[in-house]
Amino acid sequence: MADKTLRQIAGDGLWHNNVAFVQILGLCPLLAVTSNVVNGLGLGLATLLTLVLSNVTVSAIRNLIRPDIRIPVFVLLIASIVTAIELAMNAWFHELHGILGIFIALIVTNCSILGRAEAFASKNSIGRSFVDGLTMGLGFAAALVLLGAMRELLGAGTLFDQAHLMFGEAARTFRLTVFEDYKGFLLAILPPGAFIGLGLLIALKNVIDQRRASVPQPAPAAAELAAE
Amino acid sequence: MPLKKMLLSASLLGLFAVLGTSLVAFTYESTRERIAQNERDTLVHSLSALIPPEHYDNDPVTDSTAVTDAALLGSPLPQQVYRARKNGQPVALALTAIAPDGYSGDINLLIAINLDGSLAGVRITAHRETPGLGDKIEAARSGWVHGFAGRSLRDPLPEKWKVKKDGGVFDQFTGATVTPRAVVKAVRNALGYYQQHRDTLFDSGDATAAQQEAPHGG
Repeated sequence: MADKTLRQIAGDGLWHNNVAFVQILGLCPLLAVTSNVVNGLGLGLATLLTLVLSNVTVSAIRNLIRPDIRIPVFVLLIASIVTAIELAMNAWFHELHGILGIFIALIVTNCSILGRAEAFASKNSIGRSFVDGLTMGLGFAAALVLLGAMRELLGAGTLFDQAHLMFGEAARTFRLTVFEDYKGFLLAILPPGAFIGLGLLIALKNVIDQRRASVPQPAPAAAELAAE
Repeated sequence: MPLKKMLLSASLLGLFAVLGTSLVAFTYESTRERIAQNERDTLVHSLSALIPPEHYDNDPVTDSTAVTDAALLGSPLPQQVYRARKNGQPVALALTAIAPDGYSGDINLLIAINLDGSLAGVRITAHRETPGLGDKIEAARSGWVHGFAGRSLRDPLPEKWKVKKDGGVFDQFTGATVTPRAVVKAVRNALGYYQQHRDTLFDSGDATAAQQEAPHGG
């Protein structure tokens, strides 16, 4: 564990040990909010911020904490951080906060955050924990955005609908109508569509991994890919 | 020795509880005004979409009162009434109401009623109806909700305040009847409430001034 390079930590967070596709954690928000790209991005960024802050804080106090009270302390810290983020979102992204609503508060229950605090940040330096939180969060956010894009495209035929909720009025023009006169495919937007979509994305990741394992590649190139 | 250990652990835990609480308290203090302002802006925005701002010269958000009627307003909790006046004379009011029988629970409504009992307009403020079917009640997604403007309990008559499928005059959506049915019923009930309480709703005595403190406190 201790001899992992930063690059390996990043590769794990983004790909090999991706929160959504490999650890299959945080499914409740993942499945519930990804009915379009903007919702996915909003929750992804909030989760990313939580992971980075909680990893850094836990790492900073790791030598202070006694093993028998570490879990309650972690939970307490994570809950405080999430509540602060929720208040900040309500203040600066009011409409998006209205849409994501309860799922911001539910970041607390995303096992990956306590998981990273316990498995990584409590045993590693602040810098390494920061990289771990950042890449794990980015990996999770990427999964949310991908699934959101897939469901929005299939379900409504658009991409980046309602982007103005996050980026201001100017972003209304971000909306891409990919299929004109699209009738919509309801299943993709409803909860079952989230399960099916996630299943397909996990399958896709496994296929890519198998391809890469069967074709021998020079080591640096493989590391390059992993860091993407 | 174990006692000493326990005390140390307990004080550490207490220390972090204080730290966490301070973080939340600090964030709450520094965002409170902004959040209140956001909520106010959202409300002003929806009110001005329903009652044209040139028709009144007071501030309906502060000129508000709370009323409770579980049967007609759909909730045992107090609902807000925002009153618009010009030169002190009542013009219209907007009240919040709940349609409790939506397809996935409560649908929150903002219903604006002119002094004569006709509807100035209706907006959906919160709901969890099925995306792509029931969510056509949102003004952003279809024009359905605009069909209420100008209606009253005389047009159509109360027994026709139903969706077409039930023998009324309001459209339902293909594949979703429950949602529009719930909204139509809630709007009719709110009009009924207005009819019964019309004389007192615009009163602004000390009693109502005291009442408005509570809902705005949070």
